[in-house]
Amino acid sequence: MALRAQTGPYFGEFGGRFVPESLVAALDELSEAYTLAKLDPAFGEELAELGRSYTGRPSIITEVPRFAEHAGGARIILKREDLNHTGSHKINNVLGQALLTRRIGKKRVIAETGAGQHGVATATAAALFGLECTIYMGEVDTERQALNVARMRLLGAEVIPVKTGSRTLKDAINDAMRDWVTNVETTNYIFGTVAGPHPFPEMVRDFQAIVGEEARQQVIDLTGGLPTAVAACVGGGSNAIGIFHAFLDDADVALYGFEAGGDGVDTPRHAATISKGRPGVLHGARSYLLQDEDGQTIESHSISAGLDYPGVGPEHSWLAALGRATYLPITDDAAMQALRLLSRTEGIIPAIESAHALAGALDLGRELGRDATILVNLSGRGDKDMETAARYFELLDGSAE
Amino acid sequence: MRNVGAVIRRRNEEAAGALIGYLPVGFPTLDESVEAAVALVENGVDVLELGLPYSDPVMDGTVIQAATVQALANGFRLAHGFEAVRRVTERVDAPVLVMTYWNPVVQYGVDRFADDLAAAGGAGLITPDLIPDEAGDWLAASERTGLDRVFLAAPSSTDARIRQAVEASRGFVYAVSTMGITGARTDVDQAARGLVGRLREAGAEASCVGLGISTAEQVAEVLEYAEGAIVGSALVKALADGGIEAAGALAAELARGTARK
Ligand SMILES: Cc1ncc(COP(=O)(O)O)c(C=O)c1O
Repeated sequence: MALRAQTGPYFGEFGGRFVPESLVAALDELSEAYTLAKLDPAFGEELAELGRSYTGRPSIITEVPRFAEHAGGARIILKREDLNHTGSHKINNVLGQALLTRRIGKKRVIAETGAGQHGVATATAAALFGLECTIYMGEVDTERQALNVARMRLLGAEVIPVKTGSRTLKDAINDAMRDWVTNVETTNYIFGTVAGPHPFPEMVRDFQAIVGEEARQQVIDLTGGLPTAVAACVGGGSNAIGIFHAFLDDADVALYGFEAGGDGVDTPRHAATISKGRPGVLHGARSYLLQDEDGQTIESHSISAGLDYPGVGPEHSWLAALGRATYLPITDDAAMQALRLLSRTEGIIPAIESAHALAGALDLGRELGRDATILVNLSGRGDKDMETAARYFELLDGSAE
Repeated sequence: MRNVGAVIRRRNEEAAGALIGYLPVGFPTLDESVEAAVALVENGVDVLELGLPYSDPVMDGTVIQAATVQALANGFRLAHGFEAVRRVTERVDAPVLVMTYWNPVVQYGVDRFADDLAAAGGAGLITPDLIPDEAGDWLAASERTGLDRVFLAAPSSTDARIRQAVEASRGFVYAVSTMGITGARTDVDQAARGLVGRLREAGAEASCVGLGISTAEQVAEVLEYAEGAIVGSALVKALADGGIEAAGALAAELARGTARK
């Protein structure tokens, strides 16, 4: 079977629905609505139209030769999801799920967010569709992504800072799930990545697959062939699966997911789930997981809020187990250096999440050499990260104190 | 007699039904959690539910979260769960079920977990985030060891899923009183009555209602239609605020609700 044809609930031994019984009816309802929507040409057409006239699809590709000089001379091509309305790939998925929410007839949506990009995208769609919207965000993340908190509130969403556990994305998902269990009759959960219980990993992937479908053709048009490698950062894994998916059955195209290596994977402070974790159950799915001997989740650490998650989507665990995709860690510092390098060589300021993929591409280029073409998913723009970057590079007057 | 089903049957013969009390292991300390569990039984709790603290308890409200966070910060390990079961069952006759999220069981090894729980004198497992659809390993391990398995049924469950929960469960079926997470509520949802009726029609011998029960009046009300009433957050709060004595006193008060009218 073609790898692309794989659907949930299981990807090999990964996936499933490890959820409270109270959520099963809602997951069934969502699965059924999604199955029907896929069969309905009007749904696909409406989503495509939103992509064209709201998001700005197709997003362009940009070749970055000055940046590529630092990558052993390999060709590097960016898929510009940073140019989407709201500033990242997250909008692709949210518009799909918002349309489904309307089909199901629910008037309230909730979402978790790490970097705030999924929260902003959800708040945006809620404004567009006239839905009530509550966003759960770890308190640590509300501080390091304060700009996105203000954006969500301006868009009319309620933002609830989550003060439990590590106060990051994992805990925001816990609280969003608690809200959903309690308010499931009126509320749809717009999940932000390819993790979670079925149908989310499959559905979010399908909504993000447009990224790779466009990019595959765009790279062929530009270079006359397929890329040597495709690179993306991996938090939960939605931008990565989005760009990988069109290439899954192109056996000659190498796929690389770059996880957050934090202070280094030999320290306790990282979020390199596939590199350093082992299979377990978290947030409704069996997948790789950072956990201790007793199965308690270990808190992750990354300078990037969007990658600061101890889990990963089940399809990535499956691709890793098959050896179809390779997952490697990138440290905070390597990501920040790549962020600055792209800014200075190409005039493009990437999100810190996406900078992990850029740092990975620099390594890959040096390894693969001049003949290689590397397609990188530039999943988001760096506006939200200016405070972190300013502090990291001491860019503001007086910020050195 | 350590048989959950038999205890519930007996309490429905001699009283209005069974009182089931929840406490997390390791809160406020391992020793005190054992003493508190013993105190619950000495004050009229018929079946104990010992919760294993877990890092990501999506079914728990703020009271139980606060307690289990503290237990984890104090160094709770899975081995303490088996130790607590052993120490409690050495002292009281009430059956002890362990309530646990699924990943700790998977990491420990489902068969090894079942063997060690049985060896410690435990009666079985309540699994809030494991539905029968995903429970193949646990169904096999519980068959092999004779442990009880309590699955949940919700007001939103379809008839087919209700039947599945009844068929998969042994001991009782946990009827989720309201759509929500743990935490005391002022009125227990009417939905519980309907759900218990549907469980009975599907062949359930015992349905116990949980989530939100905190007073003797609510226990009495639930036992009008269900075989058992489950109290968690209210007992944890009593333990947190007033110590073992207060938890015991609340158990005695709640047990008044089991008197036949
Ligand atoms: C720009 C950007 N890239 C990547 C991610 C990571 O998510 P995922 O791995 O699902 O693409 C985020 C998450 O917030 C993000 O904002």
